[in-house]
Amino acid sequence: MTQLPTTTDKKLGLVIDLDTCVGCHACVISCKEWNTAGYGTALSDQDPYGAEPSGSFLNRIHTFEIVPDGGEVIGSAGEARVVHFPKSCLHCEDAPCVTVCPTGASYKRAADGIVLVDEDMCIGCGLCAWSCAYGAREMDLAEGVMKKCTLCVDRIYNEDLEEIDRVPSCVRTCPAGARHYGDLGDPSSDVSVLVRERGGFDLMPEQGNKPVNKYLPPRERSALGSAASVPAVQEDTSDATGLLAWIDRALSGGSAKGAS
Amino acid sequence: MGNHDVQLSGPVGEKHQTTCYMCACRCGINVYLRPDANGDKKVRYIEGNRDHPINKGVLCAKGSAGIMQHYSPARLKAPMKRVGPRGSGAFKEISWEEALQTAVDWLEPLKADPKRLAFFTGRDQSQSLTSWWAQQFGTPNYAAHGGFCSVNMAAAGIYTIGGAFWEFGSPDWDRTKLFLMFGVAEDHDSNPLKIGIGKLKNSGGRFVSVNPVRTGYSAVADNWLGIKPGTDGLLILSLIHELFRTRKIDIDYLVRYSNAPFLVIDAPGTAQHGLFARDKNGVELVWDSKTKKAVPHTKKGIVPNLTQEVKLARGVKAKPVLRLMADMYSDAAYSPESIAPQTGIDADTIRGLAAEIARVAFEEEITIEQPWTDMKGERHERFIGRPVSMHAMRGISAHSNGFQTCRALHVLQVLIGSVDCPGGFRYKPPYPKPFTAHPKPHAYRPDGAENGPLAGPHLGYPHGPQDLQLDKNGEPLRIDKAYSWDAPMSAHGLMHMVIANAHAGDPFKIDTLFMYMANMAWNSSMNTRGTIEMLTDKDESGDYKIPRIIYSDAYDSEMVSYADLILPDTTYLERHDCISLLDRPISEPEAMCDAIRWPVVEPERDVRGFQSVILDLGARLGLPGMVNEDGSAKYADYADYMVNHQRKPGIGPLAGWRGEKGDKAGRGEPNPDQLKRYKENGSFSITHLPDEALFFKHANSAYQDFAVSMGFFDAPQPVTFQLYSEVLQKFRLAAQGYGEAQPPERLRQRMEECFGPLPHWYAPFEGSELGEQVDSDFPYHALTQRPMAMYHSWGSQNAWLRQIHTKNPLYVPRSICDEKGLQEGDWAWVSSYHGKIKVQIAPMDAVNDHTMWTWNAIGKRRGAWTLDKDAPEATKGFLLNHLINELLPPKGDDHRWANSDPITGQAAWYDLRVNIEKADAGGDVSEPVIDAQKKSQATPDQLRYGLGWTQ
Amino acid sequence: MHPALSVIAFTVLSGAGYGLALVLALGHGNPAHLPTKFAWVTALVLIAVGLMSSTLHLGNPQRAWRAFSQWKTSWLSREGCMAVATFVPLTILAAMSILGDTFNLLLGYIGGIMCMITVYCTAMIYASLRTVPQWHTRWTPAVYLLFALTSGTMLYFAFFGREAGSDSNRIWVWLTLVFLVVTWAVKFMWLRHASAAGYGASSMESATGLGNLGRVRLLERPHAMENYLTREMAFRIARKHRERLSLIGAMLGAVLPFVLLVISLMVAPALGGFLQVVATISLLAGLFVERWLFFATAKHAVGLYYGGEEKLVPAE
Ligand SMILES: Nc1nc2c(c(=O)[nH]1)N[C@H]1C(S)=C(S)[C@@H](COP(=O)(O)OP(=O)(O)OC[C@H]3O[C@@H](n4cnc5c(=O)[nH]c(N)nc54)[C@H](O)[C@@H]3O)O[C@H]1N2
Ligand SMILES: Nc1nc2c(c(=O)[nH]1)N[C@H]1C(S)=C(S)[C@@H](COP(=O)(O)OP(=O)(O)OC[C@H]3O[C@@H](n4cnc5c(=O)[nH]c(N)nc54)[C@H](O)[C@@H]3O)O[C@H]1N2
Ligand code: SF4
Ligand code: SF4
Ligand code: SF4
Ligand code: SF4
Ligand code: SF4
Ligand SMILES: [Mo]
Repeated sequence: MTQLPTTTDKKLGLVIDLDTCVGCHACVISCKEWNTAGYGTALSDQDPYGAEPSGSFLNRIHTFEIVPDGGEVIGSAGEARVVHFPKSCLHCEDAPCVTVCPTGASYKRAADGIVLVDEDMCIGCGLCAWSCAYGAREMDLAEGVMKKCTLCVDRIYNEDLEEIDRVPSCVRTCPAGARHYGDLGDPSSDVSVLVRERGGFDLMPEQGNKPVNKYLPPRERSALGSAASVPAVQEDTSDATGLLAWIDRALSGGSAKGAS
Repeated sequence: MGNHDVQLSGPVGEKHQTTCYMCACRCGINVYLRPDANGDKKVRYIEGNRDHPINKGVLCAKGSAGIMQHYSPARLKAPMKRVGPRGSGAFKEISWEEALQTAVDWLEPLKADPKRLAFFTGRDQSQSLTSWWAQQFGTPNYAAHGGFCSVNMAAAGIYTIGGAFWEFGSPDWDRTKLFLMFGVAEDHDSNPLKIGIGKLKNSGGRFVSVNPVRTGYSAVADNWLGIKPGTDGLLILSLIHELFRTRKIDIDYLVRYSNAPFLVIDAPGTAQHGLFARDKNGVELVWDSKTKKAVPHTKKGIVPNLTQEVKLARGVKAKPVLRLMADMYSDAAYSPESIAPQTGIDADTIRGLAAEIARVAFEEEITIEQPWTDMKGERHERFIGRPVSMHAMRGISAHSNGFQTCRALHVLQVLIGSVDCPGGFRYKPPYPKPFTAHPKPHAYRPDGAENGPLAGPHLGYPHGPQDLQLDKNGEPLRIDKAYSWDAPMSAHGLMHMVIANAHAGDPFKIDTLFMYMANMAWNSSMNTRGTIEMLTDKDESGDYKIPRIIYSDAYDSEMVSYADLILPDTTYLERHDCISLLDRPISEPEAMCDAIRWPVVEPERDVRGFQSVILDLGARLGLPGMVNEDGSAKYADYADYMVNHQRKPGIGPLAGWRGEKGDKAGRGEPNPDQLKRYKENGSFSITHLPDEALFFKHANSAYQDFAVSMGFFDAPQPVTFQLYSEVLQKFRLAAQGYGEAQPPERLRQRMEECFGPLPHWYAPFEGSELGEQVDSDFPYHALTQRPMAMYHSWGSQNAWLRQIHTKNPLYVPRSICDEKGLQEGDWAWVSSYHGKIKVQIAPMDAVNDHTMWTWNAIGKRRGAWTLDKDAPEATKGFLLNHLINELLPPKGDDHRWANSDPITGQAAWYDLRVNIEKADAGGDVSEPVIDAQKKSQATPDQLRYGLGWTQ
Repeated sequence: MHPALSVIAFTVLSGAGYGLALVLALGHGNPAHLPTKFAWVTALVLIAVGLMSSTLHLGNPQRAWRAFSQWKTSWLSREGCMAVATFVPLTILAAMSILGDTFNLLLGYIGGIMCMITVYCTAMIYASLRTVPQWHTRWTPAVYLLFALTSGTMLYFAFFGREAGSDSNRIWVWLTLVFLVVTWAVKFMWLRHASAAGYGASSMESATGLGNLGRVRLLERPHAMENYLTREMAFRIARKHRERLSLIGAMLGAVLPFVLLVISLMVAPALGGFLQVVATISLLAGLFVERWLFFATAKHAVGLYYGGEEKLVPAE
């Protein structure tokens, strides 16, 4: 049924750390390789060696540039910055993609909140993709069915995998450790703690979808200039209070190491 | 809700563990095979091996995309002989027998005059084999790609601290609190670097990135210093200036581990000037403050003076190294204010960075309670750490002042005492190894023989002019002019000069160019179009100027079409490989590691692993070491060699499970079961260092003992950090006219200016050679960066990866866009003194305001890699290489001056100076347009990989 | 949004079909007359062709029957259900006219109301999407309903109604002129909403959550070339192009039909009848343009992840 469950037992999802993501696309391809031969039909690629290659991906990395208002923008130590931004399905609590689905193919699981497409039921009308503000759904053009992040449902419950590997493919592979997976419905889970401590936020809260996935903002940066407490002086190496004298003292002091 | 069945995927498949080779990082992988609908085993999934020392389970985009690489339509199918003109891509498939016989027919005659063969390899992992092969053949013309890659980094590291960044050392990620990164976009150590940055983020350490461009790692850095390219040397020396000024240097560490107290002779105008004062036995002298005498630095119980000018016997004056440094770097020329305009970084930031380095190094000292003993026998209760670590790569390396800049960076680390301490930079075994423990170069045969094997390995570390590889007339012995006065300390050769020199017949002509795994006709050459012309150029008699080209590639690259004989290689999942301690191992700071690759799947094409092929060729040519006494081949194939070859008794390519019972590591007799044991262990071996050997390896007796027992060397080789490089001074003295070996006149001034024994800075050559006009004619810098999801040119044949980077814009600072009226998507002409390209631009803010950049190696030749002719890689993508010349602007002296570092010969990719103008509307195709090569294979218009396994 | 021909054809043709059916279902046209029978057939054919065309853009049309199941939440499902349900009264009425020369007013009212509900459901598929602020307004169903009504009415009298010049024809023409004015007035209100809608409350800053750091712009797309999302959701037309098409749409859909209808009242009946046919064709053509623009100018929130205003503006 495309009605949403009123509550879910768990809220499984991802927490993505924008302060750590280096934009390597590892999660993109790992997702592709796992899912092209996993849940549902293959993730096809059109014109793979031609002029307009494109294909279905369940996770993509955008790169944004941010220019502070009124800040020094460009040049050395400028404040313009770049943020790499991974994006896949956010497994929304109020998922419009589920309610718009005419066939019941799209559904949200009451047990864990994962939003899935039952591909055998999907007619490929595309409406769910239209209803998703995040661009998390992509039609597979070969099969004509809607694809989306499954939260690797076929890994996380897969008892044929070692327990430690029962995590999403993208999370397992992320070299920087920028992707975290867990139950966001459990306030004591690692991911919930992380969200609280780091001020995790929702994407486009105004859309009212109540995404389960959260994003951690880039941490505050402290400038280096502020550490410049020592005033500039010119060095006279010959002076008794000068550098050479200090070196001599440091040396004969026995426990010579950097002065404090 | 509802009853939707979710079928879990079940077992992933048969798991095989091997080593990734979608790049040179060499992560451990689990490759899962599963039968497809026809029952053929296909690769279902590749994931990182959690137990592997390098990647600890993670995998990058390229690693995961190995599936598409392995099944790429561009894979070569069989040996080929060229049938059309070079470059056309017209080939005829031939049998291996014919291919090998052809190669033998070409090479056999060259054994009489081996220098007529030039054998150069790309980023392969078997340099200990290929170099040995070349050595046995007797050609002096061998190197791998390091000369155009990052030899400045490697050589400066070895000469200064006996170890280098690259993948030979790493920050102590678990403990470091301040991490400085210079000029790194991706690095060889890609996954470890990302894992490390992730750790640093979690531990709350500060990460400072010095880079003209703020993407990738720099994007997550706490502080970004958008430096003007080529000026890092100034920045680093200014940091040193600040550390001296604020007295934040680790005197104790310097005295113990560096040549800071060594006495340098001060006798201007003599052949001794600037050399170390030595005793009769050649041991360097220091001034003992207690006895007021010059004594060998090795003497126990002395307190060496660091500042005093002293008089030695016969009135010779001398100063300790540290005094020279204090005098030099205290100069106002190095103050933050002085260098701010050149680097583009304001003085406050520089001073702040220096203060932060000092604060963390000395106020956040960390200790590990582990007693250890140093090489002088002194026992220490604990390891003391200065948790400041650094890493750098091509951003500082690929400049003509790169060697000195890289040296400056190592000197900086030594000054604060952070080399191989907890929280600092850590060596990975078999490093450290002082330059004196490395071989010297060999381009000659024992006893002046005309042919036969060389006297030793090609590549090594000269100790002075006497080690140059020159003939009687002072002309280079090597085709790339490595170890000549043009590039005396070129520890990795100059692969980027091979085609140009062979074409020019300078210093001599060659007959056969034999290359392996390097796309020299395209992205790995400077001056790509010129290189193509050289490869296809003919002499008066209509023969190619480079008469024969043999090439081994696994894929239909641009280079393939320019070769005459193609030896098709396997993919990385189809062959044996050896990631050896004799070469570039995968060790970690805590452990000695090496690894193998093995055929997880068998090729269904008529291809052979290149290493097996050259062993076969070597046997057919009767090369020493490759044949038995009866003339039969010594090794059945590379796997056989990996197990049974011994460099020295007990030392072979693989260090794990040696000895007949497989119970020895490092040294031991060959073990017939060795490969099996590797496979059982995930295709790698790991031998942990004893706890007391974990730090200060350069002076740690437990480590040195370990190193000897493992066979890294036969006697301990502690390192004295070379703050002052006597080797450089020897070359400088030669330039000043002292000594027997004398450089040509034209080089004297340059050598004098660039070979300072203490790190210094000079302006990158391209800019300075262009003279005063450079600021008006070519006011900007242009660079490339490695895209994390692509490996050079290989990535574009990969159906998944190429969707990420199908074309590359030139990112241009917004201020330049505004000035030139450029907008997103506009086309522009970018020009250097050497050429002109037309590219599509995109504005950017987070970049140095004088610097434009693009992703490296996305541009492709039409038809290459079995891509369609109108693939965006060819029509919208571009190579910056067309603007970069392998030579400097002519100086009117007929000499071909390489666009390289004058010390190491490192290609100066990032010295490039450019201008940019908006292009007229129309013809929206990147230029130059290079005609197409034949697309060698039809490709599908849709892929549904994995369909058979889905429900 | 990508203006898919199948969807444009679907909304325009089925709208006109339901409009025509509504007129007939309200009892207009003598069931025994041949033109009325033809009109019924035309209405049903338009509806059917529209619906069939709507299945053309489905990835798996063979499973289209499943779309009837989710009427509780899905406007698309409701639309499907209503479309099928509406066929029942309409087919019976058509059969009564064609086979029995009769008509049933009660059934007619039921059928008529169902026609309008169906059109409403169609409109709500779009109007319910928060992701497309331009569509997410009550004006959207109003526009759809009025266009259905106007096009149906015009179709009716121009092709099947009394001869031009007759009194009842004049009444129909006057009525249609009023409809035209009201429809375009409502459309104008929609346009006013649409031109101000933008991305609604969403922005690149809210889409990325990075607004507190400054102004956000896309530096690099995830994949260099187009993908399903950019083709479907980030379709943008050049401003010039849009303005030209808007003008054409208004000319064909409003000005020309209006003028032609007015003239048709003043000229000889034969010519007037011809002009009314031309006016109707013009209206339908204008509607195609209007519908094309309805999609092509709509901004989808996903566009924000692909650079929003700055990057998605196509070169002119
Ligand atoms: N994914 C991927 N990984 C790779 C490769 C690949 O092709 N793809 N190639 C491998 C190879 S062969 C190599 S050599 C390594 C190279 O690894 P890196 O050295 O990380 O590679 P580059 O992309 O050359 O990065 C150079 C960086 O230096 C910056 N830079 C340029 N000039 C200056 C300067 O003057 N000062 C400073 N501070 N920065 C500067 C550039 O902006 C860029 O970020 O990567 C290896 N790893
Ligand atoms: N503008 C610019 N140019 C640069 C650089 C830059 O920063 N900027 N960087 C330079 C550097 S550091 C480097 S290292 C070079 C790299 O340049 P190349 O060494 O040319 O790099 P690749 O494109 O990786 O080409 C290697 C060749 O090896 C082939 N190959 C791949 N796998 C196998 C295999 O398993 N067996 C065999 N036999 N062949 C295989 C590929 O098909 C390809 O043809 O580029 C240099 N060029
Ligand atoms: S793998 Fe991790 S670091 Fe890389 S793009 Fe994905 S989230 Fe970012
Ligand atoms: S992110 Fe999009 S596809 Fe995923 S649940 Fe939310 S609305 Fe649905
Ligand atoms: S495309 Fe499939 S899943 Fe999406 S709304 Fe249509 S039927 Fe439902
Ligand atoms: S959870 Fe699985 S399906 Fe979702 S983005 Fe990650 S890898 Fe892809
Ligand atoms: S970094 Fe990536 S491509 Fe390179 S070896 Fe590791 S997984 Fe393979
Ligand atoms: Mo390299």
